[in-house]
Amino acid sequence: MTRITRRSFNKMAGALGATAAMSLAGYPRMAAAASPRVVVVGGGFGGATLARYLHGFDSNIKMTLIEQSKSFVTCPFSNTVIAGMNKIDRVTHGYDGLRGLGIDVVHDTATGIDPAKKTVSLKGGGTLAYDRLVLSPGIAFKWDAIEGYDEKASGSIPHAWKAGPQTVLLRKQLEAMPDGGVFIISPPVNPFRCPPGPAERVSLVANYFKTHKPRSKILVLDPKEKFSKQGLFTEGWKQLYPGMIDYINLSNDGKVVRVDVKGMTLHTDFAEHKGDVINFIPPQKAGAIAEAAGLTNDSGWCPIDQRTFESTVHKGIHVIGDTSIASPMPKSGFAANTQAKVCAAALAAMLKGEDPGTPKFVNTCYSLVAPDYGISVAMVYGFDQGKIVKIKGSGGLSPSGAPAAVRKREADYARGWYDSITRELFA
Amino acid sequence: MRHIGKALFIATVGVLALSGPVMAEEASSAVLANTCFSCHGPDGKSAGAMPWIAGKSTDYITKVMIDFKTGAMDSTVMQRIAKGFSDDEIKALAQYFSTK
Repeated sequence: MTRITRRSFNKMAGALGATAAMSLAGYPRMAAAASPRVVVVGGGFGGATLARYLHGFDSNIKMTLIEQSKSFVTCPFSNTVIAGMNKIDRVTHGYDGLRGLGIDVVHDTATGIDPAKKTVSLKGGGTLAYDRLVLSPGIAFKWDAIEGYDEKASGSIPHAWKAGPQTVLLRKQLEAMPDGGVFIISPPVNPFRCPPGPAERVSLVANYFKTHKPRSKILVLDPKEKFSKQGLFTEGWKQLYPGMIDYINLSNDGKVVRVDVKGMTLHTDFAEHKGDVINFIPPQKAGAIAEAAGLTNDSGWCPIDQRTFESTVHKGIHVIGDTSIASPMPKSGFAANTQAKVCAAALAAMLKGEDPGTPKFVNTCYSLVAPDYGISVAMVYGFDQGKIVKIKGSGGLSPSGAPAAVRKREADYARGWYDSITRELFA
Repeated sequence: MRHIGKALFIATVGVLALSGPVMAEEASSAVLANTCFSCHGPDGKSAGAMPWIAGKSTDYITKVMIDFKTGAMDSTVMQRIAKGFSDDEIKALAQYFSTK
């Protein structure tokens, strides 16, 4: 229960009519089962956090987490694997920690949802009943969007935008590439998972080339005019990797229209670019189960009540992380983590027939320009008039022109963040 | 005035009791503190390079956060994050972490 200060009491007294109306109309009490059943689909930053925090708020809840993989390979820090700084084990985490809390972790794939009967069907054949369902399936790729690039093509031109075998494949290709080769990376259109991720990948591959294959070049073909943290990345590239990286944006014919897998060539409207190693990141949409359940709108993502993350299409289903429309928040592991905590608090309250409370979020995206050169973008979010809002005056980028010691500290904090959040989820 | 205030309080609490739990004007301490854990670890117990904040005194955490907000204390990202929290929220956070 919120502590009532004089100030908040006065505010409450003023807003009382609206509050009472909201409580009655917006969030009706549910017939609370003795042990409510919550099913969570997806064991990444959103789903694993949700399961852990909801268990923490109310250990009485019977919780099942459905995750197809036996272990979770994080996209954050997977660029360090691609660049040879870490092995894949460093970014791989298991589910024993969640099991130890009494959460039932089922390795299967959710294939369908019946929102009326409140059941989830599994590829393995079973069906699970729920009182509340949480979906955190991450992204799916639009395989048909760019000519020549389908799932099969990703076997030779990796996307490496879901970490795991794709990460290892891209690493192997870069290792095999001769000195003097050309690495091409093509990021997707907005919105996509981890906006600063492509430029971090460019940076760390450049760092690998600088130390191992210094005559090599990197070409970025971007279907957008600009990218996240562009000023800071460009400053770092000039300083650390002069002459190595060529960035071409939309206005300068950066949009790839065709992928030629056999010829290892990316075609734009007016040019063709041959690469020794190509990393093509396709455009993205909501995870498959969200689309199959009809929870997406024309944008390809899931509209939600931004207070509770409950779908505005089907009641009783909450959608968090990349797959939800939580704008103005970006699609990031950090955002999914902070959204999951808010959703867990709301769910714990709603399952008791209580008001879901007021959200508060933080997102900090660290990027490494080099192993000891870190930059960040941060934002604090509140809630106003039914929407997630940026708190004015908060957030922003690391300063430009900062001394090396500041960049080093942010690189250390990037690693510190990774250690904290992965322990928070999986320990 | 005092009597009117008391009468309003009774009336208000009465209506609140009928309408169910209060919609918070601000996020609860738990929801606020949860936003810190992503970097500083569960309950502020950091796993790595991030500063450990569990068990620091209320006064210390409040002062540091206010100094981040005003720029009196140097930082990398915290000056950008502290500005997203009101003074009341900072007090609630400080109280939370001081007991961990």
